[in-house]
Amino acid sequence: MTEPTSPHLTSDPPGEPTVDSTATISMRLPEPIDAGRLELSEVPRAVLSCTDVSLYYGDFRAVNQVTMDIGVHEITALIGPSGCGKSTVLRALNRMNDLIPGTRVEGTIAYHGMDIYGRDVDPIEVRRRIGMVFQKPNPFPKSIYDNVAYGPKVIGMKVSSMDDVVEESLRAAALWDEVKDKLKQSAYGLSGGQQQRLCIARTIAVKPEVILMDEPCSALDPIATARIEDLMMELREDYTIVIVTHNMQQAARVADRTAFFTAEAAEGHGDRTGHLVEFAETTKIFSNPADPRTEDYISGRFG
Amino acid sequence: MAAITAESTSGSRPLTTAAYGEKSPQSLVFLVLLWLSLVFGILVLAVLLVTTFIEGRSRIDAQLFTNYTSQIAPETAGARAAILGTAWVIGVTALLAIPIGVAAAAYLEEFASRKSRFAHLVELNVQNLAAVPAIIYGMLAAAAVVAIGIPRNTVIAGGIALALLILPVVIVSTREALRAVPQEIRQGSLALGASPMQTLQRQTLPAAVPGIATGTILALSRAMGEAAPLLLLGGLVFVKFDPNGILSGFTTMPIQIFDWASRSQESFQQLAAAASILLLVLVLAMNGVAIIIRNKYSNPR
Repeated sequence: MTEPTSPHLTSDPPGEPTVDSTATISMRLPEPIDAGRLELSEVPRAVLSCTDVSLYYGDFRAVNQVTMDIGVHEITALIGPSGCGKSTVLRALNRMNDLIPGTRVEGTIAYHGMDIYGRDVDPIEVRRRIGMVFQKPNPFPKSIYDNVAYGPKVIGMKVSSMDDVVEESLRAAALWDEVKDKLKQSAYGLSGGQQQRLCIARTIAVKPEVILMDEPCSALDPIATARIEDLMMELREDYTIVIVTHNMQQAARVADRTAFFTAEAAEGHGDRTGHLVEFAETTKIFSNPADPRTEDYISGRFG
Repeated sequence: MAAITAESTSGSRPLTTAAYGEKSPQSLVFLVLLWLSLVFGILVLAVLLVTTFIEGRSRIDAQLFTNYTSQIAPETAGARAAILGTAWVIGVTALLAIPIGVAAAAYLEEFASRKSRFAHLVELNVQNLAAVPAIIYGMLAAAAVVAIGIPRNTVIAGGIALALLILPVVIVSTREALRAVPQEIRQGSLALGASPMQTLQRQTLPAAVPGIATGTILALSRAMGEAAPLLLLGGLVFVKFDPNGILSGFTTMPIQIFDWASRSQESFQQLAAAASILLLVLVLAMNGVAIIIRNKYSNPR
């Protein structure tokens, strides 16, 4: 084990050995965070703002009273232990939760000030503007070209040349050079990392404003993960990204702001309800968290 | 620690035992009984096929395909009208059963709420309908077409009867094919801003086509061999013309075989056997196509 321990982990009590996995990965930690970034304001300029959002599956309250703002052209990471509701929150942001019967939302999630759960809001329109990349790469059983062209076609986007849209999207997802000679081949022939970048290209093709990523690297190896992370940093110029991750180092590497969720037994009954513990700039969360539970989690003491 | 050997770990029974399990007298007797049942089943089928083939062999000729049936000259009579009639009726059956069955299955699987009592009721009834005897569908179709003013011994009436017969099978197999399409495909499509209908048309249904085709072909091959509902409709047994539309009279191969087999002359018996072989080959060919489709698409590339 080499020594360079992350500055974020210095809050460890002296004498306690640092967890190996964090130590090795944290070698990449400090630099990229600040490289070429604008100074973060204290309060994000919100694209999406959640106010007292509680999410229910039937009678079970999965997430309780989340209030947070997603800043424009920022990467916001949602971290926390399993079952803390971070994926549920993410899927509520573009109404993918609607597809699960029995889900219910309280509070408001406003997109540019408009409640996306408002009565006359079309969830299809919401999903057009707020795209999503899933945990497991899920390309369609079609050619690479058709995978990217599918979105613009179904939403009736007016494009002068679909070829250009496909090339542009694949370039933006850093996949063009690898696939430009086999656009007509099945997307299933690509590696897992390439498939995930194809899914990102597919999402970009419909020109959303926000891209939600639900543990986009959890099925990928470290090299493919690094490529996706680099890609996220590039995409931040044009898009707002919200990412759920189990990997705290990933959050530390890419995110501008980090929200830490945890689950605790709700009052009255034994079900565990997720809630937001702390939401702040990533540097603050990882170096100087306000809440002891955040500190316990990021230093690897639970979760 | 002592070396662990096969003898020492197996307790009182050595691995090489021959006195237990499959070798005991009772299980040997039972095994023989199982074998006899298997042999009996295969033997009956083989005898049936072989005797039919031997009997009909002499009449598997061009005339079987080109000539009409005949009362007076069974030696040169053929199943032309029955072959064409089968094609017409099965064609109409497919045109009715596939769109209705696929649409019903798509609704139940993709749109109906899991909790909806109506969908639950429909689902239960679809399963029950699959067990209804074929002849009942014949009666239903006869009543239905007469009620709307179509003669019952027509191609369309036959098609309706057979379509009703196989509809439950088509619905059930289509639902299974749709259910086998990964949820990720639907989510991926919806997350791009496609509507549920677009997702069904452009992703879920195309992905399910192999499964739907397999189930539907098997159902159609079953319909092809049905005589009961068509006899009830008064499907004609003596047709000396080519059917020329959905309001034409018709006969089908099972009906024709039924007619010939009930006549006492040896030549009619041969004719029935020859037509049976033809029907068997057709049905087996359709099942073969279904199996090929299933195997070809069972692994996505």
